[in-house]
Amino acid sequence: MSHHVDLSNLSKVYSTPKGPAVIVKDFNLRLAKGEFVTLIGHSGCGKSTVLSMLAGLNDITGGAIILAGKELVGAGPDRGVVFQSPSLLPWYTAYQNVMLGVEQVFFTASAAERREIVEYYLTIVGLGESMHKRPAELSQGMRQRVGIARAFALKPKMLLLDEPFGMLDSLTRYELQAVLLKLWRENRITTLMVTHDVDEALYLSDRVVCMTDGPEAEVGEVLEVKFPRPRERQAVLDHPDYYQLREQLITFLEDRAHKHRPAPVPNAPVVTRSPAAEPTNRSAPALVGRV
Amino acid sequence: MKSFKLDWLILPLLGIALMMLAWQVSSKTWAKELPTPQKTWEVSKDYVIKPFERRGEMDQGILRFTWYSLVLVAKGYALALLIGTPIGFCLGLSKAFTKTFDPIIQILRPVSPLAWLPLGLVLFLGAGKQASELGALFTIAICSMWPAVLNTAVGVRAVPQDYLNVAKVLKLSRWKTLTKVLIPATLPYMFTGFRLSLGIAWLVIVAAEMLTGRPGVGGFLWQEYNSLIYEHIILCIITIGLVGFVLDRLMSLVESRFKTA
Repeated sequence: MSHHVDLSNLSKVYSTPKGPAVIVKDFNLRLAKGEFVTLIGHSGCGKSTVLSMLAGLNDITGGAIILAGKELVGAGPDRGVVFQSPSLLPWYTAYQNVMLGVEQVFFTASAAERREIVEYYLTIVGLGESMHKRPAELSQGMRQRVGIARAFALKPKMLLLDEPFGMLDSLTRYELQAVLLKLWRENRITTLMVTHDVDEALYLSDRVVCMTDGPEAEVGEVLEVKFPRPRERQAVLDHPDYYQLREQLITFLEDRAHKHRPAPVPNAPVVTRSPAAEPTNRSAPALVGRV
Repeated sequence: MKSFKLDWLILPLLGIALMMLAWQVSSKTWAKELPTPQKTWEVSKDYVIKPFERRGEMDQGILRFTWYSLVLVAKGYALALLIGTPIGFCLGLSKAFTKTFDPIIQILRPVSPLAWLPLGLVLFLGAGKQASELGALFTIAICSMWPAVLNTAVGVRAVPQDYLNVAKVLKLSRWKTLTKVLIPATLPYMFTGFRLSLGIAWLVIVAAEMLTGRPGVGGFLWQEYNSLIYEHIILCIITIGLVGFVLDRLMSLVESRFKTA
C-alpha cells in the first residue's frame, strides 16, 4: 500500500432544474502517508467541495476515496477537520469542545488519560491559560487554535483544513501557520489543506495542487515544494526557488485556471486600461509585477 | 422629548395618574355603573390588606385566589411544555413530520380557549369531581403549547450547519447530538416560545375558571359579576394584569440568560 489516501475519479454533480451541474469532474489525487498537500484555486472552483467529500459532509456522486486501505463512507473522527470558521460549540469551554471529540475517539481511555490529552493539545496550541474559557471570551485566532487542537487531539488518520486561516489577520495567520506546522511535524498526520493564499501554500506544503476553475473542476498542475524541513518562514522566503515557484502558481491562477474562458485579446486591455478599469482586471499585472 | 432625571419613575406614574383620571371621569359621566377608583379601593381593601384570608369557598383574599390560579396554570403549562417541546423538535427535524402535522397545528392553533373548554369537560366527564380541573388543564395545555411548539421548531431548523458538521465529523450518537448540540443551540428559541406560552396560559386560566366556577381570580371575577359587586371585577382585572406582567418579566430574565450562552 504505497498511498495513504487515494481520490480516484472523484466527481460531484448537483441536479438542478436546468439539468445536472458538474462541480467537480474526475478529480484524481494521491497522498503519501505523512504528506502535506495544499489544494489551491479560485474561490468557488470546487476545492472546498473536494474537501467536504473527503470529510464525509458532502455525498460523493462519482468515483471513490480510499483512506488507509478502506473506502470512505460518511463522516467520522478518523479525519480531523478544521473549518474556515472555528465551529466551536459556544455553550462549551475550549476544554469541553476538545473533550467532546476526545471522548468519542478514546472511549476506552480513563478520565484522567482523556483529560491529559485535551490539556496537552490545548497547551501546545498556546491555550494553556485559557482552556476553560468559552469561545465568546476568546479572540478569533484563539478560537481557531482550539479548532486545531480539537482536530489533532483525535489522532486522526488524516487532517482536512478548509481555509483554516482565511478569516484571520495576517499576523495571527503567521502565528497559527507556525503552530500548525509544529503540530504536523510532531504528529506527521497526512494533511490536505484548501487555501487561496499562495504564500501559505508554499510555506506549509510538500506539494501544491492547482485546481482549474469550476464547473467541472479538476487537477490542473502539481508543484513539488522541496524546501528543507523543519521550515522557518524567513528561510523559505530566502530560498532561491521561492519566487520562481510563487510566480508559477500565480501564473497558473491568473491564466491557466480559466480553461473555459476565451483567451484575452493581446494588447487590447493594455491600450484601454485606465485606473477605473483596474479592479475588473483581476489585478494580474500588479501581482506578477510584485514578483 | 428630552429625558430627564428619574424619568423612568415619573413618566410611568404620570401615565397611571392619567389613566385614573380617565377612569374617574368615565364613572362620573357616561358609565354610571362603573365604580370610581375610591369606591373600588374601599370595597376591595379587605381583599388586598388581608390577601391570604379565607372566609369561604368563593370569598378569599386576592393573593389566595391568585395562588389557586397560579397552581392550575403551572400544571397546565408544564403539560404544554412536556408535550409541545418534543413536538417542536420533531417538526424541526423531520420534513415528513412537518408535512403530516403542520396543517393540523395551523388549524388548531387559532381555536379559542372558550371553544376548547367544553370539549375538555366532555372528555373528562367520567372523572366526576375532578372533571372541571382536568378540563381546565386540558384547555390550558392545548391553547398555550403552540408558541412553544413553533418556536422550538424554528430554533431546531436554525441550528447553524457548522454545529451539525461538528456533530457529524465527531460521529456523535443521536442522543449526544440531541443533548450536546441540538438542545443547547435551540434553547434561546425554546425560551422565547416558553415565555409566549406562559402568557397564553395565564390568559386561558381566567376563561377556564369563569366557565367552571373554580376558586381563583377568574372564578372570583365571574362570581362578583353575578353578585353585582363591580368593584371586585376591577380588582381582579388589575391583579390579573399585574401577575401576567410579573410572569412575563420573570420569563424574560430566564430567556436573556440563555440568549447570552
